[in-house]
Formats: sequence, structure tokens, C-alpha cells
Amino acid sequence: MTRRPSQDQGGDLPCIEVVELLTDYLEGALPAAVASRLERHLRTCPGCSEYLAQMRTLAGSLRDLAGESVSAEMRDRIVRSFGS
Amino acid sequence: MRAYDDESVVAALRAGDGDAFAWLVDRHSRAMLRVATAYVRDRAAAEEAVQEAWIGVIRGIDRFEGRASLQTWIFRILTNVAKRAGGREARSTPFSALAAAEDTGEPAVDPDRFLPADHELHPGHWAVPPARWPTPEEGLLAGEARAVIATAIADLPPAQRTVIALRDIEGWSAEEVCAALELSGGNQRILLHRGRSRVRSAIEDYLGAVTPATDGDTGEMERISER
Repeated sequence: MTRRPSQDQGGDLPCIEVVELLTDYLEGALPAAVASRLERHLRTCPGCSEYLAQMRTLAGSLRDLAGESVSAEMRDRIVRSFGS
Repeated sequence: MRAYDDESVVAALRAGDGDAFAWLVDRHSRAMLRVATAYVRDRAAAEEAVQEAWIGVIRGIDRFEGRASLQTWIFRILTNVAKRAGGREARSTPFSALAAAEDTGEPAVDPDRFLPADHELHPGHWAVPPARWPTPEEGLLAGEARAVIATAIADLPPAQRTVIALRDIEGWSAEEVCAALELSGGNQRILLHRGRSRVRSAIEDYLGAVTPATDGDTGEMERISER
């Protein structure tokens, strides 16, 4: 389970909780109140801001990492199976 | 070769258009191979599952009703085939069960890198914050880092690997991944989070190994403690 934010609704979020919320944040899945606490934290925490930047960079960098598809031989076998 | 939308490619397939089928095969087979790999033992079995799924697509195309997208429909056929194949190899599990088995509650970052919960001033705040990554113009995938990232993704547990590959490599939306793998939005995000966190950590380890640690880390720790 994703770590839930501290019960203390007003206080600063500890970094150890923030790092567990960043994917939900990037996905736009955090409740508005939690998202604004998170943003408040990020404004004053260089460590968490850097961590968020790294998660963003990572998520946006992998498009060129496309691996192999099925072998050419298998691809031809599949294509030939159409209409046979 | 022309591009199609769902409606036109389905019509072409029903009309027996082999070029349309080849286009569809080339469009989806790579992602299908990734998904199949989560269920079966090896590459050969995954390729066979992809082949069998395409035969299912050919046989079933007349019954496709367009209630889901064509992509979702194709991947549902694939996951059913791959689950059966996995079952013969005693690894038969729905994707959500693979996901549940992988959710060990592993933290994104080693807890030792944070100040203890009973720290006087800043409980749970960074003790060793992440060092800034160098930003080569060619991007994160330049040079050796590329192999490090590829290996880190390959080493992920199957459900995490599949979700990060579909989202971040293939560029699918969260909704597409959930529909194709029959995952809830929450489970999809947990898998993505665990997968990305592990890969981030692998990049950090790699960069730390090639760039001697500066005293920035301890400086930050002192700075936080003094705050």
C-alpha cells in the first residue's frame, strides 16, 4: 500500500512520506488537500524537489528504450496466418 | 503503408485485407510480447502466446463490437492466451494477482536516508537527500546509463516491469493499461510507483559509482539538522 499522509492535516509532510506520494501526484490522483500540502512542502524542500524532478525525468526519458518485438520469422508466420 | 483507426482497420480485416492485418501486427506485437512475458517462462513461449493471440484476433474479428477499443480487445485476448499458457507452466495468475504478490510494501527510498521518526526537529526528513543528476544534452538514455536503465527495468518483478514498459516506453495512458490488463487505477499506480522508484534508485547507484560523492550530501544533512 502507498503510505498515507500523516494525520496532522496542517503540518509539513515528512520527506519519507512525500516520496511515496509523488507518483500519485504526477498522475493527478491525489486529493486536492493532499496535493496542496505536498506542493507546500516541495516549495521549501530541495531534496524532495530534486527527487520529483528525477521521477519526471525518468518517466519522460524511456520512450527510446523500445525493445525487440517478435522475431522476423514469427512476424511473417503471424502475417501469413491471415486468410489461410 | 497507410494508417488506420479502429473502425477502418476492423472493416479492412473483415474484408480480408492482409496489409491492414500486417499493419496491426506491427503496431501491437512488441507491447504484446512484453505483456506475454509477464505470464510465461521464456521468450519462445511468449512469442507463441503472441502468435496464438493473433489467430484469436483473426477468428474473432467478426464478433468485435467496439465496446472496448480494438487495442483493449486484442490485449484481453492476449492475456487470456498467456494465462492459459502460463497455467500449463504452473504460473497461471491474473495480472492483479501478480501485482498483489509483488506489493510487499517496499519503500521507494531506503529508510536509512531519512532522519528517524523521533528526531527532535525534522522527523522523517532527508538525512541523505538525492544528489542532483547531471543533465547531458542527449538526455538520460545517453551512453552507459542506457544499459543501466534497461537492466534495471528487465530485473523488475513482472507486473512492475510490464506496467512501466507500457506506460513509459510504449507511451500508453493509465486508462489504456488498466483496460488491457484489467487492473484498478490504484493498483496500476502502485506498480508504476514501485517500478519507477527502483529504476530511479538504480540510476542513482550508477551515477554515485561513477561520480565520486561530493560533500554536498553531508552538507545538506547538517543544514537540515540546523534548521
